[in-house]
Parts: sequence; C-alpha cells; structure tokens
Amino acid sequence: MSNSITGKRKRPGDILLYGVIGLFTAAVFAMTVYFVVYIFSKGLRGLSLAFLTTAPNPIIGTLGILPSIINTAYIILLTLVFAVPIGVGGAVYINEYAKSRKLIRVIEFTTETLSGIPSIIFGVFGNVFFCVFLNLKVSLLSGALTLTIMVLPTIIRTAQEALKAVPVSYREGAAGLGASKWTMIRTILLPNASGGIITAVVLSVGRIVGESAALLLVAGGSAMYLPRGSFFQQIQSSGSTLAVELYRYAYSRGENEVGFAIAALLLIIVIGLNLAVKLIGKRINRGAK
Amino acid sequence: MTKITTENLHLHYGENHALRGINMLIRPNKITALIGPSGCGKSTYLKTLNRMNDTVPGVAITGSVLLDGEDIYGSTVDVTKLRKKVGMVFQSPNPFPMSIYDNVAYGLKIHGIKKRLLMDEIVERSLRGAAIWDEVKDRLKTPALALSGGQQQRLCIARTLAVSPEVILMDEPTSALDPISTMKIEELMSELAKQYTVVIVTHNMQQAARISDYTAFFLLGEMIEYDETQQIFASPKDPRTENYITGRFG
Repeated sequence: MSNSITGKRKRPGDILLYGVIGLFTAAVFAMTVYFVVYIFSKGLRGLSLAFLTTAPNPIIGTLGILPSIINTAYIILLTLVFAVPIGVGGAVYINEYAKSRKLIRVIEFTTETLSGIPSIIFGVFGNVFFCVFLNLKVSLLSGALTLTIMVLPTIIRTAQEALKAVPVSYREGAAGLGASKWTMIRTILLPNASGGIITAVVLSVGRIVGESAALLLVAGGSAMYLPRGSFFQQIQSSGSTLAVELYRYAYSRGENEVGFAIAALLLIIVIGLNLAVKLIGKRINRGAK
Repeated sequence: MTKITTENLHLHYGENHALRGINMLIRPNKITALIGPSGCGKSTYLKTLNRMNDTVPGVAITGSVLLDGEDIYGSTVDVTKLRKKVGMVFQSPNPFPMSIYDNVAYGLKIHGIKKRLLMDEIVERSLRGAAIWDEVKDRLKTPALALSGGQQQRLCIARTLAVSPEVILMDEPTSALDPISTMKIEELMSELAKQYTVVIVTHNMQQAARISDYTAFFLLGEMIEYDETQQIFASPKDPRTENYITGRFG
C-alpha cells in the first residue's frame, strides 16, 4: 500500500446523498416561490388604492378593506401593549430573580405547552373568559387580550434566550463597578438583549396578523364599518382583522378575488416582517463589533 | 497601617470548605500578590474583598473583613458603595459592547454623575491613569470591542479608576494577554500602587516576584505564608511554600 496522501475520490454513496439533499432543497425552494408567485399573480391586481382606503359599501359601490386594516392595526397595537411588558418582565423574572429551579421548570413547561395549543382553543377560552365572564363582549379588546395569551410564550421564551445570551462577564463588570441588580438589568442586560426582544415582537406581530380562528370567536367576523367614537369605544366594538376577512370573503361569500387581494397584502406584510427581523439581526451584530 | 483586615474568614460553597480561617492584613498603597495552585482559594478570597461571591448560590461566609475598620459584611453595608470603593479587574478583559467613552463613563452614570464636562474630565483622567489615553483619544466614540485584548484590559482598568476606588482587586489580569500587553499592565500596576491599594491574584510566580511588595501563598483553602515578597521568594519559612515556588508542585 502506498503511503501517499493523494488519491482523493468521491464515494458513490456520497454523490447519491448530495443529489437527494439537493433535490429536496430545490423542491422546498420551488414550492415557496410557486406559492408566492401564485398568490401575487391572483391578488396584486386587486390591491388598488381604493381597495385599501375605503369601507365596503354596496350603496356607493365600494368594496374596500380599510376597516379590517384598522382593526388589524388596533389588535397588533393593543396586543403588544399588553404582551411585551408582561413577556419581557416575565423573562427577566425567570432569568434573574426566580430562585427555585422547580418554579422555573414549571413556568418553562407551561409556556412551551401554551405555544403548542391550537389557536381555536384560545378562541373558545377567550370567548368564555373575556367576552362573557369579564363582559368585554366580542370586541377588539377581547381579541387583543386573547392574542396576548397566545403570543406570550413566544415573547417570554425568545426574550429569555436573549437574556441568557448576554455574557456573564458583562454582568460581573457591571456588578464590579457597583451597579445594583436592577441597574445592571436596565443598563446592560436589556440593551444587550434588545435584538432578541425585537425579534420576538416582530414574530408576534406575524402571528397576530396571521391569526383567524381565535379572533373569529372573540373579536368578530365582519368589518363593514370604520370604527367610530373615542379610542375606548373603538376598541370595545367588534371587528374582523385582515385574516378573518380573508376567511369570510373566500369561504363564506365565495368572492375569491377579494380573498386573493387580501392574501397578497398579508403576504407582503409577513415578508416585510421577516426582512425586518433579518435587518435588525444584522444591525445588532454590527453594533457588537 | 492596614487597609483591609481579614479575621478568621471561612467560606463554604455548599459542602466545599473553600477558605479555612484566613487572617491577613493588607497594607495601603502596596501591591499584594496572592499565589498558589489552582483551586487553592486565592481567587475566592479576592472576591470576598468586594463581596462578588454574594450572588453565588449556596455560599456561606463567617469571620470578618474590615475595610478601614468597617466590617464589609455588616448588615448596614451598601454593597454598591463597597464596590465603588473596592474596584475589580477580571481575568478576561470584559468591556461592555459600547463605545470606549461610554465604557469609562458607565460607572459614573450609575453613580449619578451626569454633568458632561465633569464626565469628560474624569474619563480622560481615568484613561490616562490606565496608560491608554494616547492610544484611544482620537476614537473615544468607537466600539470598545474593536480594541486589542491588552487595550481592552487597560480600558477595564480605566473603567474601574473612573469611580475613584481606593482598592483595586485584580483577578489574574494578564493571564489572557500576550507578553507585551502583560508588561504594559505590570508597569501600570506599579504606577497605580502610588495612589491605590492593589491586590492581585496571579498564577505566574515571576509576575508576583516582579511587581508585588507582599505575597501570600494559599494552599487548599488556607493561607500558608504571608510576608514581604523578597522574603517569601528568598527564604520561605514553610516547606510547602518553598516546594511551590521552586516548582515542585502546582
């Protein structure tokens, strides 16, 4: 046997494996592209300015989705107002203050379980608890509260991972200079975890925008009118978000064109959010160097 | 004259009896080196001097540590004020991921100094004090993490100086650095000892011999011998000290 280290050759098994993996990758990529192109080809046509800026009105003949755009914005805003402080606060508590390993494990198990529950169950619970028991009726507020419970696990877990990723040496450095625990959290921990927290927020917005089943039960299934009255009256009225409206047009009313237009809009929002996450990640990484 | 008096200090990590009755007088404006093999308790002892062990789960401390006559483990002690007075430099340079300026200003901000002019002045004085001013004066707003390891460590020293400590604890401050950076930090330490009381943990015996005025030898949680550095290295009294410094173990 020669002692030389030359004589490189490809094994047939390897070539086959690379081929199969490549094929699968191509299939996933092709499906995604086909899906996006299909939705856009059917839906972009319908996305006119009038469609985005009017309410549906059979008398003057407009068929716009402005009410559900506004409802969606309200629900996003309210959900984040509730979920971000609670979620980030919870993550800080679990990571920094909770002493009992058992308690931490229980909380982690609970949040993991919550994130795996089908959204319709949150809808049923939200309907019984927020709409009926707390008498908030079927409203945007009930919708936001229900979605708060839905997105909390994502925010808590993502924020927790981000907090964990802050090097111990930074904490020690701050403590060594006399920073109290809370000062250290405020000045070192949270700023350094902000990238992860923002990612969690953006992912949550994606979830909120895409949610339909639960909201149908707690926030309402139609968006015929623009919300009226003061802010508090507006959030206590019922209304459907874009995803719910999509369901209604495409399924209940059989108006597929409107459905595709809404689908295209949702897709644009989701793609935009994902790009935002990428950009934020890049900026945070650059900041650290 | 003593700056820090340690009396019968015991420290337990759960079952592990890590410090076994340490008695020690640390003199002001001197460099005191703590030497000994890994796990001997020298770092643990250093950290008891500004209560950095407090947050370690399962830690129990008895005995007393007096700083200028005040027991730092007393119930009315404000740890924030203690750590302002007893600063610490860590083994690996750990600047915060912010600008050079903000790193030095961090301690000032958390202790309530907000006036810009005063802050500028202290930042400059601290960076000069840590012998890094000339290297960074033109790029104070650039990220601290872009500096070399040795520069980062001197920046961390500057950060500690900014809050006007009286004692500076250094936990193997050069073990992550190259020889030239190490030399710079060593020169800096002699300079610092004019104003501050310096306590340094080192596993490098030549370093202890070169820079320190006093040396304490730790072994298995006990302080075996403590004397003037020259004395310790020239004629150690305890055979265990002699064995260690002549390289027979450790």
